[in-house]
Amino acid sequence: MIKVENLHKSFGKVKAVRGVSFEARDGEITGLLGPNGAGKTTTLRMLYSLLPPDEGEIRIDGLDPTKDAMAIKRTLGVVPDSRGLYTRMTARENIQYYGQLHGMADKDIKQRIDELVETLDMSGFIDRRTEGFSQGQRVKVAIARAVVHQPQTVLMDEPSNGLDVMSTRALRAYIRGLKENGQSVVLSTHIMQEVAALCDRIVIIAEGKVAADGTAEELMARSGRDSIEDAFVALIGTEEGLLA
Amino acid sequence: MRGIKVVLFKEVKENLRDRKAVFNSLLLAPILLPIMFVGLAWFGTSKQMERAEKVLEVPVVGAEHAPNLVGFLEQQGMVVQAAPEDPEGMVRRQETPVIIRIPDTFPQQWRDGKPAEVEVIADPSRRESEIPMRRVQGLLHAYGQQIGVLRLQMRGISPHLASPILIRDVDLSTPKSRGLLVMIFLPYALMITTFSGGMHLAIDSTAGEKERRSLEPLLINPVPRWQIMVGKLLATTLFGLASLSLTLLAFRFALPYMPTGSLGIDLNMGAKEAGGVLLVVAPVAVLASAMLTMLATYAKSFREAQSYMGLVILIPVIPSILFMANPVKPESWMMPIPLFSQNLLIGEFVRGESVPMDWLLYSIGGTLSIGLILACFAATLFNRPRVVFAGS
Repeated sequence: MIKVENLHKSFGKVKAVRGVSFEARDGEITGLLGPNGAGKTTTLRMLYSLLPPDEGEIRIDGLDPTKDAMAIKRTLGVVPDSRGLYTRMTARENIQYYGQLHGMADKDIKQRIDELVETLDMSGFIDRRTEGFSQGQRVKVAIARAVVHQPQTVLMDEPSNGLDVMSTRALRAYIRGLKENGQSVVLSTHIMQEVAALCDRIVIIAEGKVAADGTAEELMARSGRDSIEDAFVALIGTEEGLLA
Repeated sequence: MRGIKVVLFKEVKENLRDRKAVFNSLLLAPILLPIMFVGLAWFGTSKQMERAEKVLEVPVVGAEHAPNLVGFLEQQGMVVQAAPEDPEGMVRRQETPVIIRIPDTFPQQWRDGKPAEVEVIADPSRRESEIPMRRVQGLLHAYGQQIGVLRLQMRGISPHLASPILIRDVDLSTPKSRGLLVMIFLPYALMITTFSGGMHLAIDSTAGEKERRSLEPLLINPVPRWQIMVGKLLATTLFGLASLSLTLLAFRFALPYMPTGSLGIDLNMGAKEAGGVLLVVAPVAVLASAMLTMLATYAKSFREAQSYMGLVILIPVIPSILFMANPVKPESWMMPIPLFSQNLLIGEFVRGESVPMDWLLYSIGGTLSIGLILACFAATLFNRPRVVFAGS
């Protein structure tokens, strides 16, 4: 469960985020939709305590990232925009490393990796070095290492970036699985199809602010359009930076 | 603390798998440096011997003016060659290192009992002509001496009157200390390998993480950032130490092949000396690790980091160059200065001197504390958003 109130963040003169508020409930998938450069990545970075907000409040399961950074990091699973792997280590070793950094016992790590190999369909490459992995294989390893400690809340920055159709379908199935487990999922995207297909709640971010938020039906009703795409464009005010 | 251990193990394991990097940073220097060292020494002494023993072949201009002198030179084993057209030009063109010219004033001066001039044409700024020139001068001097003594005896005067002073050299340098000049190379080699051993890992674990975009996800793990950095610093230190130890070991086995006898040098690195050197240079690994990691962390990419490293590798060279130009006597106050004290102490160890305990403590303490201060600073670098997000 995430609650965000009136977040602000500037880098020098650039105001990246200017008043973002939203809620992400457990058992729901919340999508942050907005054109490139709207402030989605910066918002997420503040959530996972990599950047301190200039102003505003964040609560993740009641914890404040500016005060309890370590506790937040233990409850969060994050697949950030950067998802580099260590190419001289196997996929399994990459995931193990993160498990060890979380302080998990070797036995638990092994068991958890077995589960993830099953759900993410990684048995074909789990013991291969990640050098030369396809985009889809890399995303799977990045997700697996992010959730190795079974976090209650999962944040994903543009998770389907660069994936082909098959990988995207597998990814969506996995995200729906998290939701069914009662976990809270927040993902950012600039692809309208993605939110339409996946998200229970949609937060539209443009120019660092929340332009609208609600379910797909609510957004259509509010904008007076009968297709989701038209609703997005009407609410953001421009088509620039969005993908159908 | 758990974070430090996990990061340390992972960095060491991952970097050991990079065969090219392991070879370059851990094996290349220990193999190459001793070979270079011994090879250069061989080359130097054999050249020197060759020049000292080779038959002297010297063109003589105006040999007809002093047949006795020329006869003496030939008696001494010198081969007198025909006079060239342009003696100065020949020396300048390096066709021959040295030429003797006997001017036509020679017979007159000789008969008048005045010092008769003989010219030795050579270019002493060319190092290879130094030895033949000195040999020719030595022969001419011996001839002059011999004639001088004869002339005095003919007049019933003791030749001793003409030498009021007899200079005798009392050589106090032990065979070991004479090897010191050669040994300037050893501190230099050991410092360089301590730096170069950790270099690749320092870059790979900081700038490399940024470049392959794995730093941000790494920092999202619930481990304080300073612990992650300390793990990386320790891994770099370990590689520096490994490279140092291997090089030291290689030198220990290479030194017996030094052509020491002919140079009058006796350099020995027994287990005790090697242990002392290792103890003294080990703190440099901490210092090197902190400096390398700091610089590499500021770089956005592998390439940028590598361009800084060229400068870092110059740092351990500075004391070696200074001491080559201006050798100093080791004193206590120099001991806390990193890199300088190691240079001095390695010299002491290898000369077989006993090194005072407090010098050791000052040197180790001084270098270690400066290294640790830099390391503490380096450990805070990941707390700066500018460092973490640079280039992303």
